[in-house]
Amino acid sequence: MTTATIRITAEPGTTLIETERVVNGPRDLVFRAFTEPGLLAQWLGPRRLTMRVDAYDVRHGGAWRYVHVDTDGTEYGFRGVFHGDPAPDRIVQTFEFEGAPGHVALDTLLLEDLGGGRTLVRTISAYQATEARDAMLENGMAGGMEEGYQQLDELLARLGA
Amino acid sequence: MPTDQLSAVFGALADPTRRAILASLAGGDQTVAELRAPFAISQPAVSKHLRVLEEAGLITRSRRATARLSHLRAEPLREAASWITGYRDYWEESFERLDELLGRLSTVAPADALQPPAEAASTPTPQGDVP
Repeated sequence: MTTATIRITAEPGTTLIETERVVNGPRDLVFRAFTEPGLLAQWLGPRRLTMRVDAYDVRHGGAWRYVHVDTDGTEYGFRGVFHGDPAPDRIVQTFEFEGAPGHVALDTLLLEDLGGGRTLVRTISAYQATEARDAMLENGMAGGMEEGYQQLDELLARLGA
Repeated sequence: MPTDQLSAVFGALADPTRRAILASLAGGDQTVAELRAPFAISQPAVSKHLRVLEEAGLITRSRRATARLSHLRAEPLREAASWITGYRDYWEESFERLDELLGRLSTVAPADALQPPAEAASTPTPQGDVP
């Protein structure tokens, strides 16, 4: 069984959000889950949102677009372009929330084979400015957590907040 | 909560002594002398920590006779927590689903795994707020 929890780092004063999570699956399978639209739609995003993949052209210069549809029909669209030929070692793509056009993040996905059928998934998102990152964190699917913010969780647990 | 106030809250929470002070105040209002007792630090040092907490909106202070009482304000903590949970919730839930999918892909024929499971095709149940 996995006890993996996601680690999210958003250092103050930088434009980066980094995440790490170990998943139970061999690297090739994880790569497929990230790059095949039929698989991606089965896991990305909260369960209550229906995901629709409009385009997922996984090659250098290929465009992607997907939409999360809420229960009331509200749609949240995201789009971008792949840069370089996507491979398990490295998938590089731009990421833009359609609700904030022009605010583009550069996302890098790295899959590391840990052996034993487990894979470390690392993401590095570079925003245009710290303010853009923090705005992203506060809105939409965004949000974020500094490593040190786990301390807040512990404190809240003690406070019963 | 404005970003600069969030920064003040997280800045205040970055210090272990200040977190201990907040935890202590969760049990009720206390004077500077009472708050200082568990720590091997001077009264001015405690007062400095209290100033930081007050500026972050995490405590309020009032007078009782000659003593200054500190009072915990939990609201900024809750707001800071809700700011954090959006992104984490999105990705935690996504990765849980990814683990489930990887489990299905490992145990069934690849062609079958491409089809969503029955429950995924049903109407999603509303749970909480829009992200």
